[in-house]
Formats: sequence, structure tokens, C-alpha cells
Amino acid sequence: MGNGILVYCEFENGSPRKTAYELLQKAVALGAGPVSALVIGGGDTSTLGANGATRVFQVDAPQVASYSTGAYVKALAAGIAASGAATVLAAASSPARDAFPRLSARIGAGFGVEVTDLRNEGGKIVGRRPVYAGKALVDVNILSAVGLFTVRPNSFPVAAASGGSAAVVAVDAGLTDADVDVKVIDRVAPANKAIDLTEADRIVSGGRSLKTKEQFDEVLRPLAAAIGATVGASRAAVDAGLAGHGEQVGQTGKVVNPSLYIAFGISGAIQHLAGMRTSRVIVAVNKDADAPIFQYATYGIVGDLFEIAPLLTAELRKHS
Amino acid sequence: MKIGVCLKQVPATDTRIRVNADATAILTDDVKFEINPYDEYALEEALQLKAAGKATEVITFTLGGADADPRIRDGLARGADRAVRIDDPALAGSDALGVARALAAALKAEGVGLVLAGRQAVDGDGSAVPAMIAELLGCAQVSWVDKLTIEGESFTAQRAAGGGVREVVTGSLPAVVTTDKGLNTPRYATLPGIMKAKAKPIAVKKLADLALDASSVGAGAALVSFSNMGQPAARPAGRILKGDSASVVAELVSLLHNEAKVI
Ligand SMILES: Cc1cc2nc3c(=O)[nH]c(=O)nc-3n(C[C@H](O)[C@H](O)[C@H](O)COP(=O)(O)OP(=O)(O)OC[C@H]3O[C@@H](n4cnc5c(N)ncnc54)[C@H](O)[C@@H]3O)c2cc1C
Repeated sequence: MGNGILVYCEFENGSPRKTAYELLQKAVALGAGPVSALVIGGGDTSTLGANGATRVFQVDAPQVASYSTGAYVKALAAGIAASGAATVLAAASSPARDAFPRLSARIGAGFGVEVTDLRNEGGKIVGRRPVYAGKALVDVNILSAVGLFTVRPNSFPVAAASGGSAAVVAVDAGLTDADVDVKVIDRVAPANKAIDLTEADRIVSGGRSLKTKEQFDEVLRPLAAAIGATVGASRAAVDAGLAGHGEQVGQTGKVVNPSLYIAFGISGAIQHLAGMRTSRVIVAVNKDADAPIFQYATYGIVGDLFEIAPLLTAELRKHS
Repeated sequence: MKIGVCLKQVPATDTRIRVNADATAILTDDVKFEINPYDEYALEEALQLKAAGKATEVITFTLGGADADPRIRDGLARGADRAVRIDDPALAGSDALGVARALAAALKAEGVGLVLAGRQAVDGDGSAVPAMIAELLGCAQVSWVDKLTIEGESFTAQRAAGGGVREVVTGSLPAVVTTDKGLNTPRYATLPGIMKAKAKPIAVKKLADLALDASSVGAGAALVSFSNMGQPAARPAGRILKGDSASVVAELVSLLHNEAKVI
């Protein structure tokens, strides 16, 4: 039986992502033994100790320069074995979503998918996760020696770093070129370099009522830019070509978890709510006072979005 | 090449969810079931690949009871050639890995060269079974794909890579590919399709037919269990701001700043 919690820390441009700190700090708060970090690839690991890791296990090899399922699952399995941890946490990012179920099958470790809460029950870590698009929540109990959890980004607060430093332990996963089973041949960057919707802390979203792509772009994007928000959309807006598929929020789009979600001309269909109902503050602007979105809104404005949005953009600019 | 499509029935997305007495699952009486929306993209892609001469046969694979047959028939009506349904009492209580073991065994028995499955089933929202199938089959996998081409023994796919980035990747078949919105526009069944589907076979398989040991699936083999299912707490009542546009906007910004502290 293992001991402690291992956090798989993802990096971006050589530094840990915010989710790494979120999970390290949560792991410490769970109080279930030593907390260590797992890093795959290179990067500056110096801040991981201050956020709670006592050791950093690092798998670095040419084969992990970009993500491939084969190399990463092997690296994760080697890191977990080296750490001896009983619980492994990772942010529910695209690579983790791809790798973790396969890892679960490979090492026979129970897997809780995209949990939004974790607790320590007598030394056993239990996850809680939304199911049926957030219409219900359920506990995931691990029955195997090692448990894996992916965690929805922004589930836990991130405080200023206060811990010490961590020793780095190099782990040899025995990677060979044959492990790179699926090769990345091109990367298509998003048109605008905003934070990914699933990790965004602020989102400005629009519905089909914006009518044309031009209006969607003119009315919503400057407002989003004024507060550093990522743009989202309803499915009706995406299907009408007002926004990209990657911008859809909801049951068949992205599930988001920001501090602030501003919805313009979105009716609040159950499938849309499924993607954003856990947002901390929801603002709805809709000309129909009976629109269902108002039942979920922290603050609501009944009015014409074409009038409200430009005024709000100007007002928000004063604050930034 | 045969294409296997994993097809699951899920409650319609507008279903009101009610939890059962022991808080382990939802109540399914008067729930309307549909094909999982993401599996519709998988089926459509398979049908298009077959039409383009890249596949010889499209077979759907479902784990479940006879109550899933209307959805399986829907898949056949849209154009799948035949269906396999795995139904065995020993599967009760299986977790994702148990389900993946059963599906992988059936896919292997058919010699499927490409497995297409929805990126997640919108009931448990697990998103785990396809990657587990890939592990059990020992083949490549690509998740959340919105563009796919097959050329001989290799594939090229565009997948979500986080941060809004899409990665174009390539690998060799056999492979498991999970399908995302944007890949295609799923067709509906036509009347002639529905008539034809009546004659298409749904083969029901037991674990013994798949040479699977009952101890490798079901509650006894599960690595996770679920409990304490409940509904999320209602959001506290919100506030509708009243007044002319300029004043409500000013009030909103002040509330976001001073009360909610989010800007
Ligand atoms: C299987 C399935 C999956 C789905 N998945 C998703 C999903 O992932 N995400 C999603 O969003 N939807 C999803 N839907 C669709 C969903 O049911 C709704 O159709 C969709 O969310 C509606 O989008 P909307 O709010 O933009 O449009 P509408 O419902 O048409 O609402 C438009 C709103 O704009 C308001 N409005 C109009 N003009 C103005 C104005 N000038 N100023 C202010 N307000 C105005 C109207 O009062 C209305 O409330 C799904 C549906 C199905 C069946």
C-alpha cells in the first residue's frame, strides 16, 4: 500500500501551470502523507517546493518533448512507481484526459474522472464529481491500492506559496522512440491567444441573438479583452457560425468553472447550464425577463445586449 | 477494414435527473433514452469512411440489455451494417475498466481495424472507456478528434491539445479514435433506412462467447465504486438590477468589484 499524494504538474513555456499549484496546495490540505510532484519533460521546478512538494520526480527524455499517449503513459507509470504514492492527482487537461484512463488500465489503479472536490476519509482520498452534466454529484471511492484523479481546473483556491524547497529525483522511464506511438506533425494555434475556456477565470459568452459573426466579434470580443476574459458561446451561436466549435460552452462543448461568467443573449437551456452552472458569479444580460438563465444569475440585467454591452465595455475599461 | 463504433444509450440531454433510494444511480423510469450525442459523430464518421471506400463494414458495439435495441436499430437505420450487443448478468456493477474489457474482447473477436467512439458519454461523463479499450487492444489512441483521414494503414487526426491549440497527429492502424463535435454533421435515419434496419442482425453475446472470464468484470473486479449521489445545492437567489442602462451598468461594475470581488 502506497503512501502520500503525487501531483502530476503540467508545464507551459517552461514554468508550472497554475493548476500545478492548485493541486499541490490541495494535496497538502488533504493531510494524507507526504506530497510530491511529478514532472514530465524539462522546466523550472524551483517553485514546486514552495507550493507544497517535498520531492519532485522528473522524467525527462527526448521522447516527451511533445505529448504522445504511449510515451506519457509510460512516463507517468514510472513516476508513480518511483514515488510510492497512494493517490495521484492531475488537472483535467487535454493530455491528462487522454493518458489517465489508459494509465488506470495499465497499472490497475482506480480512476476518478474530473472530480471537483476531494476529501480525506480516515486516510483514504475520496473524490466527488459531477455526472449527468452536473445535474447530479457522486462520490468516487477507490478500491485499488493506488487511486488516480483528474481534477477540473479552478476547483480549489490558490494561495501565495509558503512552503520550502523540494529535492529533484530523476526517474528513468526507459523510453525509446517506439513509445512515441502517435506523432505530432503540426500545431494549430488559436486565432486569439486567450486562456483555454476550461481553465479561464473570466468568461464572456454570447448567444445566437448576436446574429452575425461580425456583431459577435465587435460586441463581445472587446468586452472580453477589457477584463482579460476568454470568449465563449452557446451552441446555437456556434451552429450559426458566430463563434468557433472550440468556443462552445455546455454539455456538448466545454465545461467551464470561472469566477465570473457573463452571458449575453443566452436563454439558459439546460444543456448550456450544464457547462457553466458551477461558475462562482454569473451575470446574465437578456431582453426577456423570463429567460431561464436569470434563475442562475448572481446579477441580472433585463435589457438589449446591443445597448448594454458597449456601455459595460467602457465601464470595465475604467477598472483595468 | 472493419470499423467498430461504440454506441451507448444515454438519457436525453433535457432529462430531469432523480436519484435512487440508495444514492448510487439515477431513476430511469420515464427517462427518454437517445444515442449518446458524441457517438453520433463516431457513427457518421464511420459511415462516411465506408462511403469513401476506406472500410468494408461498419459494426456497432453496445453493452447493455434489450432496452438498448431501439437505439441500436437507430444506428442500423442510419447505415451501420450490423450490431453486436454484449449482455451478461456477470457484467452488473462493472466500472469503466470492466466495460472496456467486454467491449475490447468483442472488438477483437470481430477483427476491427479502427474503433470510433464518442469522446464521452453524457450520462456518467466518464470519458475513460475508449482509452482503456486502446490499452487492452494494445493499439494507438487519439482523443477528442474533429478531423480524421485514413490513408492505407495510417491515420492523420486533429485533436484538442489544451489552450485552444489543435494538434495534428499521425499514427498507424489499428487505433481507437474518440470523436468531438465539429468532426461532421450526423445524419438522421431515413424511412428506407428504417425499413432496411429491420432485417439487419443484432448479435447478442455472452461473456463465454467472447472468451472472457466472469471474474474480470462486474462489481467484484471494479477498481472504483460510486456512492452518495445527490443533487447540487441550489444557487442562492440572484438580483435583477433595475434602472436605466447607464445606471445598471455602473451598478453591475461596482457590485462585481466591491461585493463579488471578481474584477
Ligand atoms: C443533444 C443536445 C446538446 C446540446 N448541447 C448544447 C451545448 O453544449 N451548449 C449549448 O449552449 N447548447 C446546447 N444545446 C442547445 C440548447 O438546447 C439551446 O438550443 C441553446 O443553448 C440555445 O442557445 P441560445 O441561448 O444562444 O439561443 P436561444 O435559446 O434562441 O436564446 C436566445 C436568447 O437571447 C435573448 N435575446 C435575443 N435578442 C436579444 C437582445 N438583443 N438582447 C438581449 N437578449 C436577447 C432571447 O431573449 C433569448 O433568451 C444542445 C441541445 C441538444 C439537443
